[in-house]
Amino acid sequence: MAISEQRLIFKHIDAPGYTRDMECYLKHGGYEMLKKGLAMGPSAIRDEVKKSQLRGRGGAGFPTGTKWSFIDPSKATKPIYLICNADESEPGTFKDRQIIYKDPHQLLEGMILSCFANGVKLAYLYIRCEFTFGHKVLEKAIQEAKAAGFLGKNILKSGYDLEIYVHRGAGAYICGEETGLIESLEGKRAYPRIKPPYFPAVLGLYMSPTIVNNVETLCNVKHIVEMGGDAYAKIGRPNNTGTRLLCVSGDVVKPGYYEFPCGGITLGQLIYGVCGGIRNGRRLKAVIPGGSSAKVLRAGEVFKVKEKDAQGNMVDREVKLEDLRMDFDSLAAAGSMAGSGGVIVMDDTRDMVECLANISTFYAHESCGQCTPCREGVLWLKKILARIAEGHGRDSDPGLLKDVADRIAGRTICAFGEAAAWPVQSFIGKFKEEIQLRIRRNGTAAKRDTISLTH
Amino acid sequence: MSTPLRAGTENCASPEKGEISSEMEKQADELVTRYPVSKRSAVLPLLHLWQETFGYIGPRGVEWIAKRLSLQEIQVLELVTFYPWFRQRPYGKFHFRVCRTLPCALGGAGKTFAALQKLMNLKADGHEGAMVSEDGRFSLEYSECLASCGTAPVILRNDEFYEKVDEKKASELVAGCK
Amino acid sequence: MNPWNHDVAKDEKDLIDVQVDGVWMQMPRGLNVVEVAHRSKKFIPHYCYHPKLSVVGNCRMCLFEMGTPKMGPDRKPILGPDGKPEIAWMPRPQIGCATGVTPGMGIRTDSALVKDCRNGVMEFLLINHPLDCTICDQAGECKLQEYSVEYGTGESRFVENKVKKPKNVDLGERIVLDDERCILCSRCIRFSSEVGKEDVLGFVNRGSHSTLTAYPGKRFDHPYSLNTVDICPVGALTSKDFRFQMRVWFLKESKSLCTSCGTGCNITVGSREGKVHRLTPRENEAVNSQWMCDFGRLNFHYLDSKDRLTRPLLQAAGQQFPGTWADAIQRAAEGLKKVKPEEMAVVASARLTNEELFVLKRLLAELGVTRVDGVQNLGQADSFLRSGDGNPNSRGAELLGLSSGGRKFSGWGEEIVSGKIRGLFVLGGENVIPAGISASALAKLEVLIVSGILQNETTRAAHVVLPAAASAEKTGSMVNVHGRLQRMTRAVAGPGEAREDWMILRDLREACTGGNSLHSVEDVWKAMSMEVPAFTGMSWAKIGDLGVQLESSAQAVPSITS
Repeated sequence: MAISEQRLIFKHIDAPGYTRDMECYLKHGGYEMLKKGLAMGPSAIRDEVKKSQLRGRGGAGFPTGTKWSFIDPSKATKPIYLICNADESEPGTFKDRQIIYKDPHQLLEGMILSCFANGVKLAYLYIRCEFTFGHKVLEKAIQEAKAAGFLGKNILKSGYDLEIYVHRGAGAYICGEETGLIESLEGKRAYPRIKPPYFPAVLGLYMSPTIVNNVETLCNVKHIVEMGGDAYAKIGRPNNTGTRLLCVSGDVVKPGYYEFPCGGITLGQLIYGVCGGIRNGRRLKAVIPGGSSAKVLRAGEVFKVKEKDAQGNMVDREVKLEDLRMDFDSLAAAGSMAGSGGVIVMDDTRDMVECLANISTFYAHESCGQCTPCREGVLWLKKILARIAEGHGRDSDPGLLKDVADRIAGRTICAFGEAAAWPVQSFIGKFKEEIQLRIRRNGTAAKRDTISLTH
Repeated sequence: MSTPLRAGTENCASPEKGEISSEMEKQADELVTRYPVSKRSAVLPLLHLWQETFGYIGPRGVEWIAKRLSLQEIQVLELVTFYPWFRQRPYGKFHFRVCRTLPCALGGAGKTFAALQKLMNLKADGHEGAMVSEDGRFSLEYSECLASCGTAPVILRNDEFYEKVDEKKASELVAGCK
Repeated sequence: MNPWNHDVAKDEKDLIDVQVDGVWMQMPRGLNVVEVAHRSKKFIPHYCYHPKLSVVGNCRMCLFEMGTPKMGPDRKPILGPDGKPEIAWMPRPQIGCATGVTPGMGIRTDSALVKDCRNGVMEFLLINHPLDCTICDQAGECKLQEYSVEYGTGESRFVENKVKKPKNVDLGERIVLDDERCILCSRCIRFSSEVGKEDVLGFVNRGSHSTLTAYPGKRFDHPYSLNTVDICPVGALTSKDFRFQMRVWFLKESKSLCTSCGTGCNITVGSREGKVHRLTPRENEAVNSQWMCDFGRLNFHYLDSKDRLTRPLLQAAGQQFPGTWADAIQRAAEGLKKVKPEEMAVVASARLTNEELFVLKRLLAELGVTRVDGVQNLGQADSFLRSGDGNPNSRGAELLGLSSGGRKFSGWGEEIVSGKIRGLFVLGGENVIPAGISASALAKLEVLIVSGILQNETTRAAHVVLPAAASAEKTGSMVNVHGRLQRMTRAVAGPGEAREDWMILRDLREACTGGNSLHSVEDVWKAMSMEVPAFTGMSWAKIGDLGVQLESSAQAVPSITS
């Protein structure tokens, strides 16, 4: 079961002697791709990114080349902005932290290339403030890069100017949503905007065309410039190209962050091979494969997945949970998502009511409160779950939870509605009997596994 | 060897009093220049600056920022109350944030929190946000995901980040508050 | 004036085919779906959407099912047997307020999905809403209440504790806020920012705890603040003046005009059993859109003032005594004839209607009196609706040739003192003392007839006091400062024996000269349209509820067309 990592972005992370200083980065070939990219020119970089079939690493998996193609620098009448979304907040995800703290120049190089490719002169790096000195790491890296001519006026004498500023968030998950982030950067409450008409590519930051990309996505651009889009697209699987940073947490022996070709590893290989299996000799009960918003998968589940066979015909294939490939399409086919790459594992001692109550508490706390279904519905979900966890469940609660969740998903301004509803819909769907049993045993339950922390 | 960066800038306990230094004014001006299109964008940076200087954001901070950015006070207060990092009253000299989100909860964040609460002798006081010890030395609150789920449970003590904080490590961290 | 007018299409003539609940029709391209539904006699409920404010899409009540034409391989719409495009329906509902119609668009306003969306939003809005409708001023015009009938379930599945929020918040001089009733639609915030140009209100806290407020110590005292009470879809913002006064369903609504300045904002007078309880703006895009100033809105309590003149008063031996209308008219007519026409002066107030002024004009012509003018009343102009002219009908008085805006009037004080003027007839309740005629000059007059509404220094000096109706108590027309002819209809009868001025003048004319051909507003109009050039071809009916712009003084309201 020895699956070896393919480290592209994490190549130097945790390598002995590797530091976040620019000197070290340069020793390892840093900013060579910036030189290459400047020589290639903006449209060539855009072409390579399109060819690479890179999909965004923040959660939605939207093709980066397509996102960029919504903006035409040659026709723009207003300045174009790029924002790096370093607000890493999806529970279960801790990949961007590694890049920011341990290899910030890689991010900067990818970001400068992306800005150059899209005619951006002013970019912001929106970092969550809980990375309490991440912003200092980045500001220092920016100063170093400016001093060396990689950033600022007339970058490497190419005539291209770019300023990047670090902007700290202040503890709001909703700032991960790109239009919420834009509002926050404009100095407002992070209320996501309605789309239409406020698509960032058209009416983004300061109502100008804006690209918002995740940290990992921007790092990938550097490697695409290095390898060429076609070569990059050969890593991973069709439509699921490149490597993927996976973060594993919860009840495994070796939690941590890993990098594999996208879809190059199965969920079973990840949990039992790479992460050493379930800790304390327990068995797997449930796993959330793409950050806490993703729908939960139950141990023993078998999924019907549509796949192309060798002749290119679509065929149904039954896939066991353990055999699910960790890529966008396979996890979507299993009814969940690859999301942000955060894999949260729960063993067979875990009480699903407690786990779900914990998750719903997160969403109730993080709802921005702008639109009705989310503002009212998500807190309601949390209150019901907290009540069940405290031993006051009602027989009607599972049905009510499902109804409330169904009336949130698909009806809100932004995807937060789905993020809050999917866990409830999937836990209720897949662990209904356990939840009903918990309700029947109200108050007489065995020792409570208090992880709901609904406070 | 990487150049060391000082992590601890968070000032939790100061009263919102004292002089606004020319250094602070200069910093504020510099922050505003980062937003050439709209200085309203500088509200969050200035709120951080104020909280790091004065410990929390009271009316004085709100009004100072509003005036500096030509905004109405309500436009600043809207943000102070939206973003949980900001506080409107002084916290303890040592402020602990315990991540409560699922991976940390699975890793025992509840026990860590309970241990800290006991060590600090804190009681829920009906306030929103953190519990603060009577002597103003400690404060404690749950935080949502701190993005280090692989080393759960994790906490922040002021600006310092700690991983795998079990009950034993929690007591060491409290003991280490000097 | 309004930053947005979503109820008007960019080009009303650029029509496209759209399907609404199965019926194909033509609608202007780009008009939003809430408005399209409205025009097709369908209704899409909504809370946050307001045609004159920015679209935020936060209430989610206007979710509808949307479809687009199915495209064939040739990238052209596939046509059905009816020759119309076949529609591919999207699984995800869209908000009507932010969706403009495109050619071939399908709209479902009453499908099972749409109903479920509305039921869901209603249930969500109600879980934390206090059920205090019995004491809520909004009852009867509350959108939450109204939509509950159609989209509510009648029972609650919510057994948790409701979110507690501040109640009875003294938001400003004229407004009280109940945060528990607030549904966070942000209409009031957008109004004060976008129309009122002042960021006074905002939301604090987050999620379900979000709370509407003003900054502590700052008051929401904007001169147009009460418009937020009108647009608040629930009973969160209430008017201190109207609070707990009257159930709205008891109010009789009469279309009238605000007469507090020369703008002539269109209003609805809400009254019950002869008492006016509130004035609210009545939409007229050519004048005031949906707004009015707080000053004008609250300027009606004088109707019930203890200083109201309710009976004719006649002076005898230096004292005023109540008398009958017959005696009062008789005394007034005698007075008018007692001094020579050239020794008479008449204050033809620009607070009177065109009809009243016209009857006066007839009377003066018959008497041969030519010394006539209005009194200047300065208003407090602002950059929005309020005019610097405090008279509501200065233009009407000018068009009728009865007023020079007070220029002539300014010399009358001296003329009284010098004996050139021996008689004065004051109309419209004008208090001439602050306007420049001294009390001692008034005392010198041989004849002083005053028709007025409230007792003042001038009425107290009068030999005959004729109690007149106030604006809410009469029917007539006025011309605003921008040359718009508009009409008002009587909401309540005047108190006691008070009469409309045109009736007073009609009777006076009959007593003085025997002229009596004008018996109704329609009669007056017939004559006016023939004699007054500006009113040529005009009739009472033609003015309509929204008035007409007079060609002779065509001048658009700049704030609206900009």
